[in-house]
Amino acid sequence: MTLHEQAAPIPAGTSELVATGDLQARAAALLGAGFRLALVAGHDDGHDDGHDDGHGLRVVYVFCAGPPDRRVELQVRLDPDRPAVPSLAAWSFPASRFERELADLFGIEPVGHPFLRPLVRHQHWPRDWHPMRRDAGPAPPMRSDAEPFPFVAVEGPGVYEIPVGPVHAGLIEPGHFRFSVVGETILKMKARLWFVHRGIEQLFEGRPAADGVVLAERISGDTAAAHTLAYCLAVEDALRVEVPHDAQLLRALVVELERITNHVADLGALCNDVGFGVAHARALTLRERLLRLAGEITGHRLLRGTMRPGATTLRRLPTEAELADVAALVEDLVGLATSNTVVMDRFKGTAVLSRDDAEAIGALGVVARASGLVVDARVAHPFADVGTDLVPVVEESGDVLARFSVRAREVAASLRLVAELAGQVRSLDAGASDLPRRGGAGLGIVEAWRGTIVDRVEVEADGRLARCKVVDPSFLTWPALSVALADTIVPDFPLANKSFNLSYAGNDL
Amino acid sequence: MTATFADVATLSAASPGLWARAGASVLQVAAVAAGGPLLLGLMGKVRARAEGRIGPPITQGLWDLRKLLRKEAIRAEHTSAVAALAPLVLVASAALAAAVTPLVTTGPVVAGGADVFVVVYLLLMGSVALALGGLDAGTAFGGMGSSRAMTIGAISEPALLVGILALAVQAHTSNLPGIVAASLAHPGWLASPQRLLALAALVVVVIAETGRIPVDNPSTHLELTMIHEAMILEYAGSDLALVTVGEAMRLGLLLGLVANLFFPWGVEGSGGGLAILIGLVVLGAKTATLAALIALVEVSTAKLRLFRVPELLAGGFVLAVVAVTTGLVAR
Repeated sequence: MTLHEQAAPIPAGTSELVATGDLQARAAALLGAGFRLALVAGHDDGHDDGHDDGHGLRVVYVFCAGPPDRRVELQVRLDPDRPAVPSLAAWSFPASRFERELADLFGIEPVGHPFLRPLVRHQHWPRDWHPMRRDAGPAPPMRSDAEPFPFVAVEGPGVYEIPVGPVHAGLIEPGHFRFSVVGETILKMKARLWFVHRGIEQLFEGRPAADGVVLAERISGDTAAAHTLAYCLAVEDALRVEVPHDAQLLRALVVELERITNHVADLGALCNDVGFGVAHARALTLRERLLRLAGEITGHRLLRGTMRPGATTLRRLPTEAELADVAALVEDLVGLATSNTVVMDRFKGTAVLSRDDAEAIGALGVVARASGLVVDARVAHPFADVGTDLVPVVEESGDVLARFSVRAREVAASLRLVAELAGQVRSLDAGASDLPRRGGAGLGIVEAWRGTIVDRVEVEADGRLARCKVVDPSFLTWPALSVALADTIVPDFPLANKSFNLSYAGNDL
Repeated sequence: MTATFADVATLSAASPGLWARAGASVLQVAAVAAGGPLLLGLMGKVRARAEGRIGPPITQGLWDLRKLLRKEAIRAEHTSAVAALAPLVLVASAALAAAVTPLVTTGPVVAGGADVFVVVYLLLMGSVALALGGLDAGTAFGGMGSSRAMTIGAISEPALLVGILALAVQAHTSNLPGIVAASLAHPGWLASPQRLLALAALVVVVIAETGRIPVDNPSTHLELTMIHEAMILEYAGSDLALVTVGEAMRLGLLLGLVANLFFPWGVEGSGGGLAILIGLVVLGAKTATLAALIALVEVSTAKLRLFRVPELLAGGFVLAVVAVTTGLVAR
């Protein structure tokens, strides 16, 4: 048995320890070969004697490409006296974000980073307190006299600044946006997020692998299913757990249901932001209907409590009549919006994200596909053979209309997919919850409704989590919003922001 | 225009005494002050029903006012007397305009002074006061709202003036009660081309001046898209109540004006308590119908991109100019 396991290839791909000096060359070669930097995780392996002064720091870089599904891990151990990594920012924009996160949370210096400003760390965090270090201790008192965030001031005749948030008039998540504006035209927008830091990654540490589900479900409330799935896949990968085909089909079904519900809400919200209340009211009714359906199928309106490492359980499957009803209503809703010339005028040409920019930033999900990039983890990194051809929905124009259309078409495609999956399922309670007692590292990749989620877990030999690193698509896609806003007018910002609809909580962990 | 003054003289002679006319004016102000919020409530209700929602009760606006009036008016730091006076000027100008405009009766107090220019500029005074109030706190949103409101006002106010002038040309008087009385005397005018053109222009103006879709979205909570709401963002408590009442009065006044200029039936002309009562009921019915129609149009359309709004208003202005030209040619 052990021999067989050792002979089997590691499903996640390869993991390799490289010297710090070789990192840039190896990363550049992978990026040049079409891989993307999907995840960078800092690790503080600590010392047995509990004494820790920067020893035992390790950084894991995960590169992905697909189809076909390819995953490559590079690991570097850091110099104990000076925890630093050579910056990959010159080759990859996402790397520059990950490195700023490393600098804030682990105190690892990215050498050669062109723009090393705080990312997660707000001004009132003490500068030298790195919460993910083993020796960080409890949170120190927050400083109120700290230096403010170094916003880049745009100067010139008639330029003025509009600061918005982090507390907004509506019920939305907190984010501070600073606009530099001439007249009504946006010259520059800087989003300052990270107001919802909960320390979730650290909360995972030390929990039994099976108990991580509760946290994964709460990373971003509207993406409970996809985050849980990514976590389960990572744990199963780490512990080499075989999951029955039926369980994977049920998981795919639940994630598609989450996609449909959220996309429908977004379609309505986009109409609401241009003052087209009828479509919004209809979308809300439809969303409520989908939530109730989700409640009947899974026992939870937000699809919690269905998946756990190794197994998946549903109460019942959606019927064909229910899905056909929803499909007809969605078609009505989309028709109502697209047949209104004022709505179309507002959507068309607003907040254009060019294909080149989307690619350079490393945007994911709906936003990337609306700018012509064919990125869909369901095709690139399928976790199960769903027995049907999935074609990513792609639009070329990169404006609000493109993002609206991608969502509308994906809802229709997902409804068909759910019907097909429901037809294939043989058992509603598939898999076993008992996890093997062994350690390992694993990766989980899921196409959530916003985009690709990548989770990487390391499990100790006693079955407890040593580390769980979560990358929500919002973390990589937020910078694209600022780029798309250049030359957009201020009153169109809420519409542009809604068309991206990125998560604040998923971005900040 | 000598005929004009003769007309007015006749009108005044036929009207009841000064006290009765003053009473009618007070009634008009009260009707507009109470009716404005109710009209807003009605529009909200029509929208809600059309969207398949229940919506708040029509009287919600009045309850909100009661709530706001009980609250302290907290003013932003560094504000001057301008911010404090702006709501008062808004309400006072709207009340004065309501007192002299022929809404319930063609014979309110100082009927001779109820000129087109007087009423339009009273309304303008309110808009400017509010815009100054928005600027006073020195916040980005107030400035943004005021700037947008003035951009729109700069085109909609002339369109309002020119639109009514088209009727004045036809009636040979710029006196509003005179126009209403003349319209009553010549029902055939109502289908004339300049009237229809002017009606179209004034509908656009009313929508713009009262901040309805497609010009502004009164129900939005997105700070960056707001026009009117951004301008009054710094107002709270009883100040906000005054602003709300002033805005509702402007809505009631504009709808009443349009209703009476184009559909003058039911406006009391010769005095008498019962006639005034009938005038009040008819005014309510006419404005409610107009408000409901505007709400229905709102449901079926979306808010225009900000830079498209001046195009819509310029269209309204052109219609008004064409209406005046048509009127002059028709003479």
